[in-house]
Amino acid sequence: MENIAGRKSALNWAVHLSVLALVALWVLPTFGLLVSSFRTGDQIAASGWWRALTTQEQQLSPIRVEGEEVERNGAYEIAGTLFPRARSTVSVWGTSSRAIDAYKAGETADLDDGETLTLEADGSYLLRSPVSLKDTRLPRIFATASQPPEFTLANYRTVLFGKSTGTSIGQAFLNTATVAIPATVIPILVAAFAAYALAWMSFPGRALLVAAIVGLLVVPLQLALIPLLQFHNWIGIGKGYLGIWLAHTGFGLPLAIYLLRNYMVGLPRDIIENARVDGASEFEIFVKIILPLSFPALASFAIFQFLWTWNDLLVALVFLGTGNDQLVLTGALVNLLGSRGGEWEILATSAFVSIAVPLAVFFAMQKYLVRGLLAGSVK
Amino acid sequence: MHPALQALLIIVLGVGGCVGYFWASNLVLDKVIFPARGDRAARNIARAGAVRPWLFLMPALVALALYLAYPVFATLWLSVTDQKQGGAFVGLDNYSQMLGEAKFWESMRNNLMWLVVVPAAATAFGLLVAQLTDRIWWGNIAKSLIFMPMAISFVGASVIWKLIYDTRPEGQAQIGILNALWLNFDGGIGSLLMLKLLPVLALAGFAALVAWVGWLFARPLAGGAPAERAAALVPLRLFVAAAALWLVWKSLAGIAGIVMASPPYGAPQTWLTLPYWNNFFLMAVLVWIQAGFAMVILSAALRAIPEETIEAAILDGANPFQIFFRIKVPQIMGTIVVVWTTITIVVLKVFDIVLAMTNGQWETQVLANYMFDKLFRAGDWGVGSAAAMAIMLLVTPILVWNVWNARKEMR
Repeated sequence: MENIAGRKSALNWAVHLSVLALVALWVLPTFGLLVSSFRTGDQIAASGWWRALTTQEQQLSPIRVEGEEVERNGAYEIAGTLFPRARSTVSVWGTSSRAIDAYKAGETADLDDGETLTLEADGSYLLRSPVSLKDTRLPRIFATASQPPEFTLANYRTVLFGKSTGTSIGQAFLNTATVAIPATVIPILVAAFAAYALAWMSFPGRALLVAAIVGLLVVPLQLALIPLLQFHNWIGIGKGYLGIWLAHTGFGLPLAIYLLRNYMVGLPRDIIENARVDGASEFEIFVKIILPLSFPALASFAIFQFLWTWNDLLVALVFLGTGNDQLVLTGALVNLLGSRGGEWEILATSAFVSIAVPLAVFFAMQKYLVRGLLAGSVK
Repeated sequence: MHPALQALLIIVLGVGGCVGYFWASNLVLDKVIFPARGDRAARNIARAGAVRPWLFLMPALVALALYLAYPVFATLWLSVTDQKQGGAFVGLDNYSQMLGEAKFWESMRNNLMWLVVVPAAATAFGLLVAQLTDRIWWGNIAKSLIFMPMAISFVGASVIWKLIYDTRPEGQAQIGILNALWLNFDGGIGSLLMLKLLPVLALAGFAALVAWVGWLFARPLAGGAPAERAAALVPLRLFVAAAALWLVWKSLAGIAGIVMASPPYGAPQTWLTLPYWNNFFLMAVLVWIQAGFAMVILSAALRAIPEETIEAAILDGANPFQIFFRIKVPQIMGTIVVVWTTITIVVLKVFDIVLAMTNGQWETQVLANYMFDKLFRAGDWGVGSAAAMAIMLLVTPILVWNVWNARKEMR
């Protein structure tokens, strides 16, 4: 027995360790992006995100001397610091991109026209000149410094409210919500009535209809793009929100009907028969009995549909315009990947803004999502 | 009008319209057309009962017909006409033009690779995690974390993985974790273990699994019990056996390739531009997303296995691996097939990942992105629709199988 117990515990350890490794493998990619979204562009470029918590020796992007000019002892001085907030330590520095390590910290550089520039290790500098420095181009400092770990929210400010990103992610966020919420709400009721008819009313052709809906579940929506765009142009709504709401409704219906029907079939027959005997109409049965009882299935579908419409790219590319007032988050991200592929602080932050809502929904309503998945596929 | 207001209005209108339609149509049916009064009350109630299902179904049926059924036929029609000739019928010209394009065959080849690798890898990872987390106390937390990528959009996932594959020129600090890891390999014993032995073992395992499945299908052909030699299944058995043989051959060739290859150690790689291999880097994204789905379904199936079968196996002295492969896996085979086909459908439609990461460059094109290129960049509706029909054709076997299963279940 001892032997068996010993083997078991070794195996147990192996199980714990492999699960830990797998979880790490699955979480690290997202975590890396999350960490990156709180780092400055310089930090991201200088070291991998896994070094974010260590002190970094890195070359800073050039900083131009600036500050109030003060006259002292016949000379004009400008004093300031490279690091208004963080406590970094300068090791070497220079005043031109060709000699970035010309001076050590604390040394004084002689510039043209009798100017001198001193940079201390703590980043404070002093520019001294015999003549006034007003309206002249002040020198730039190319410093290499070791920086303590630092995280910033500036990326989120830039991405959400700044105009410099070309496409405003904040606006795209609103656009996405505008697409996703009606496209989630509208199909539910339509599907619920149909599912009730398919589950609890008998009529010729019912089995055929259920089979047809199962078939439509897998029809690729790629086939629907051009014909539906033509149709929308023909009825005069063209590209726009109305079109995409209708499209998402149509595409979401098979899954909605399928999920809800499977759930409603499982409701106890007695309740419905009793209500019928008591003289309730089918409409009353549906509204007062079926709908409240089906809440878990309705919630499952709502989550599916919300995640799908929020995360969708293809339908939005085809049925929405490309203007700022109609660009959704996924579309904006693809544009950013094309135009600013190297600026990871913008990309990472934008990506996080776009996945924050689905992740919140996911963690809050995971129970219903799992239930829906199981009802939708284990057959 | 502001879009947000418009959205609010459409929600109110949509929901109100639905409720109004169902309420009013029921009212009209019961009070006006077939009133349950007078001498024909009984007949009227029966007639109203016959009509009512169609009232309930109508909005859904109209939407389904218009948004899913009609487009299939419209696309079929577009694929045999030419827009430039004013929509004239051109027969199979679009198809022959498509079949003549190298990009199309590249897409087909890549799609087939996706079809083999992604469902297999996602299902395998899902099964592995489902089994491992079954009995440990923090299993639910682990499952929740592995399930999480399901909520992330394909585009968001592409950004996440682009950071992993990021490349900086030699000499600069690598910020992509893959390159940072890669630079640790120098061709020594560690590299040999991780980059040669491990992949060879994985491929050999895959080949063995495929060979086993192929053998299961082919064995009855070689003369088994007569009950197993149903004539209808012979083509299917032949097809699976041939596919398995081809996959085994491919895996063996892959093993040979890995053994012979001399990777460029020490130099950062631009992973997404390495022809052939970049496909696998794109597939990793989808495997990462879909493994959670497979895990959730398979974990439920594993829990539903009757406890007695496992206890009996333990009493008979089976080790954990035997229990897993010979007791558990056969009992959840049906679920594995369902998961596999569901992921297959996702793979057939994969579009966002390729668009966001490479846009089909460097030989990574897939059918859905090829189709999108043709439809909306080249503006060639004929060939684009032909490509859409090709996707439909690949989906059809699964569609038929699903419908067949659903009908069987209804009876």
